[in-house]
Amino acid sequence: MDMPVPNAAVIAKKDHVVARLKAVLPDDAVIHDPAETRAYECDALTVYRCPPLAAVLPSSTEEVAAVLRICHEEGVPVVPRGSGTSLAGGAMPTADSVILGVARLNAVLDVDYDNRVIRVQTGRTNLSVTGAVEEEGFFYAPDPSSQLACAIAGNIAMNSGGAHCLKYGVTTNNLLGVTLVLMDGTVVEVGGAYLDSGGYDWLGLICGSEGQLGVVTEATLRILPKPEGARPVLMGFESSEVAGACVADIIKAGVLPVAIEFMDRPCIRATEAFAGAGYPDCEALLIVEVEGSPAEIDEQLGVICQIARRHDPVELRESRSAEESARIWLGRKSAFGAMGQINDYMCLDGTIPVSSLPMVLRRIGEMSKAYGLDVANVFHAGDGNMHPLILFDANKPGDLERCEAFGADILKLCVEVGGCLTGEHGVGIEKRDLMDVQFGPADIEAQLRVKDVFDPQWLLNPAKVFPLEATAARRAG
Amino acid sequence: MIRPETEAELAEAVASAEEPLRIVGGGTRPVGQPVEGVALSVAGLAGVELYEPGALTLVVRAGTPLAEVERVLAAEGQRLAFEPMDHRGLLGTGGDPTIGGVVAANVSGPRRIQAGACRDALIGVRFIDGRGQVVRNGGRVMKNVTGYDLVKLMAGSRGTLGVLTEVAFKVLPAPESAATLTLHVEDSGQAFDAMTRAMKSPCEVSGAAWVPGARAVHLRLEGFSGSVGYRTGRLTDLLRDLGEVTVETGAEANAALWRAIRDAEALTDHPYVWRVSMAPGAMRAGFMADLDRTARFDRLVDWAGGLCWIGMTEAQAAEYAPRYGADDAASGAIRFHRDLQEAMVDPELGGGHATLVKGPAALRAEVTVFQPEPAPLAALARGLRAQFDPRGILNPGLMG
Ligand SMILES: Cc1cc2nc3c(=O)[nH]c(=O)nc-3n(C[C@H](O)[C@H](O)[C@H](O)COP(=O)(O)OP(=O)(O)OC[C@H]3O[C@@H](n4cnc5c(N)ncnc54)[C@H](O)[C@@H]3O)c2cc1C
Ligand SMILES: Cc1cc2nc3c(=O)[nH]c(=O)nc-3n(C[C@H](O)[C@H](O)[C@H](O)COP(=O)(O)OP(=O)(O)OC[C@H]3O[C@@H](n4cnc5c(N)ncnc54)[C@H](O)[C@@H]3O)c2cc1C
Repeated sequence: MDMPVPNAAVIAKKDHVVARLKAVLPDDAVIHDPAETRAYECDALTVYRCPPLAAVLPSSTEEVAAVLRICHEEGVPVVPRGSGTSLAGGAMPTADSVILGVARLNAVLDVDYDNRVIRVQTGRTNLSVTGAVEEEGFFYAPDPSSQLACAIAGNIAMNSGGAHCLKYGVTTNNLLGVTLVLMDGTVVEVGGAYLDSGGYDWLGLICGSEGQLGVVTEATLRILPKPEGARPVLMGFESSEVAGACVADIIKAGVLPVAIEFMDRPCIRATEAFAGAGYPDCEALLIVEVEGSPAEIDEQLGVICQIARRHDPVELRESRSAEESARIWLGRKSAFGAMGQINDYMCLDGTIPVSSLPMVLRRIGEMSKAYGLDVANVFHAGDGNMHPLILFDANKPGDLERCEAFGADILKLCVEVGGCLTGEHGVGIEKRDLMDVQFGPADIEAQLRVKDVFDPQWLLNPAKVFPLEATAARRAG
Repeated sequence: MIRPETEAELAEAVASAEEPLRIVGGGTRPVGQPVEGVALSVAGLAGVELYEPGALTLVVRAGTPLAEVERVLAAEGQRLAFEPMDHRGLLGTGGDPTIGGVVAANVSGPRRIQAGACRDALIGVRFIDGRGQVVRNGGRVMKNVTGYDLVKLMAGSRGTLGVLTEVAFKVLPAPESAATLTLHVEDSGQAFDAMTRAMKSPCEVSGAAWVPGARAVHLRLEGFSGSVGYRTGRLTDLLRDLGEVTVETGAEANAALWRAIRDAEALTDHPYVWRVSMAPGAMRAGFMADLDRTARFDRLVDWAGGLCWIGMTEAQAAEYAPRYGADDAASGAIRFHRDLQEAMVDPELGGGHATLVKGPAALRAEVTVFQPEPAPLAALARGLRAQFDPRGILNPGLMG
């Protein structure tokens, strides 16, 4: 993975830039001592690191605008940052860039239950949005596993998903408005507590743009009344083909579960050793969860179990209580932790058409043998979003490179069967150089043209998302 | 009229165009500033590319008639969850609506509040930009964050950034049963109370509309029959103190009722029709009261109070004119349109947007049909058009 050569002229005027930033921000909001800028050298993709020129922590939209105006005038690249949990290197700095962190912008600005919306500053963490409304029986639906730490800012920039997105959608489906600050400092209000403005779908474009079009400082989010309850059923099968067919039949029967999670044998074994959730030792395990009142849950689980029985499950365990539900989820929820116990791992997140699941798993198994690296599969089976975990040893020379090559091959396979490189983690730097596997030159050019409109100088998070050679001329300009 | 049969022919037609093009799907939704230009029909690009019911995925060519899409889905017990409106009744147009036209106008019906808009169900597009280049974005999988989301950008861009040739959707199962609860209401306060209460409950209401002419609030529940029965009971209890609730469970009666709301049938005979979107609370507190004071035009409220259709007759338009020193209906309609769009940016009313959906071509040429955007967004919109359509040949002027 390469990053562009930092701009020496920018690094040379560090003192000048820092002085200008200090003129518009409180002293403690401008971090420039190399001992302290280190805290911002990476996000959750920790294999790549680089301390920024400086980091700033503004406390208002006006301060964000002031910072951007200065960086725009000085030609300094800016990397927006929420909580730094990106798995794609989206928030990784370059040596000539200023990190703009929104962590201090964490207030709830307005809660409006009658209109079922909440207005927050975007440094607020995902879970604490639900925290602000749960006493009234509401919740914010998108729930990435990182929800305790990740910020709404990063969720919007990455269009993050969660375990329940089969029913509730991802961030873009739950976002009604934003305050966006453009690179030149212009503050733009987009959308609001109402639906579907008549002009272009700015919100749709901003969501998932990985911090390259503007800095989002406030957001209006849709909140929903909490369902009465939820309960899962666990089922085990002797082949992934059968598990895949069972998922298709459930969906065709008209049930819309909130989650359908899939685990393969290596994953089951690892989590059993770690968490002892009592999972059957089988080729494919499904956890299907539905919501509603007790009677509604019974009705849906009845349909689901009837379908499952037609596929000869080796195990079919319907939860009847909160304790049983917790046990069923225990293994799935500890899957990543279990893997971390055994080894270093790399987590991919390509999406495939659900129908190609058995073929893709078979091919991944073959590649695993060829590369000599183990892989375990956890999978949002309802929507085709895979999470293959490739195990490697970071201390063993060459292992990381082999792991990355294996990962790239899996992602190419995802594209080959009609899927995509990333379902929810974003491109960042991690998948940047694979973009032309999925897109042709005209497809990429159309996206670059959008950035040209929002950020003509290419100063906002410039070295991400697109292959470096595709953007070189623009970044130089 | 140019009518290509393949994507390559369409690309060539755009690349070699020497005059502006007026992009036509089925010719049923003439909403927006009238466009001058050579008609370019997409109807020749029709047919289902891929349909996997078990994966809830449908890929179709943009010129495919909407009716065919719905037929194909119904055969597998599925549907487009966003319930696209049929504009033909209201606008008095003929022709066969196309799926590309639905997407290009981001057309969504009553189920918008629960299942999302057309743009939420759209997962992939292919389009021809103003240079005649084929561009792909998104794909056929429902979770995809690879690169910028031009899929959403294309939804609702009405052919001004590119001509859609193929669209992909996440579809949903059609429910086993549906029920509509109807509450008799006397005024807007009672109507908004009922809709708000229903939406704040976990009953998963999939339609909430107020038909003032019928003094009725309608609330729709869909799903497995046991579940619909249970939620019907719960919602009835919740609304009991507001008035008597009647329940309709017949499939055909339900379909007809919600089709009428979706297509704003109550306003079919009105020559002028607007569509206003606001937060329900703002609609209730400021806007409705204001409208009651100034102009008692016919209304239909959907989206649990978030969407208001306003219909104006010629006589009402003429009555509105004198407050601006005019006496003809045309001036009255222009004045009302401007007042409406100004109200949308009045901070005291809470913000929203108003669109002229129906009106004579002269009126549509005179006013900004869509709510004008704040200056920075309008500048970005011009920038996007300059990038995607540098020669300004795709539906020029339609969106500003
Ligand atoms: C253990 C773990 C589990 C995870 N599980 C999930 C999961 O289930 N689903 C999922 O989707 N993701 C998951 N993630 C990935 C990650 O948490 C998400 O991408 C998250 O949204 C990032 O949020 P953040 O605030 O940490 O953003 P950061 O990492 O700080 O930044 C992410 C991107 O957003 C941009 N950005 C940040 N702030 C702004 C702003 N104010 N304006 C504009 N752009 C901005 C950055 O430049 C960067 O490109 C997981 C990560 C970890 C470590
Ligand atoms: C003889 C005649 C005269 C007419 N005169 C006028 C007139 O003066 N003013 C007027 O407004 N209308 C007029 N119309 C109606 C005209 O068909 C529509 O205004 C306009 O072309 C919208 O197309 P549509 O309704 O077929 O598209 P729909 O299929 O209803 O689509 C709605 C919108 O989406 C766009 N669109 C459709 N398909 C695509 C696609 N695949 N990709 C991108 N964008 C797409 C359309 O341009 C339109 O803006 C006339 C029609 C006829 C037959």
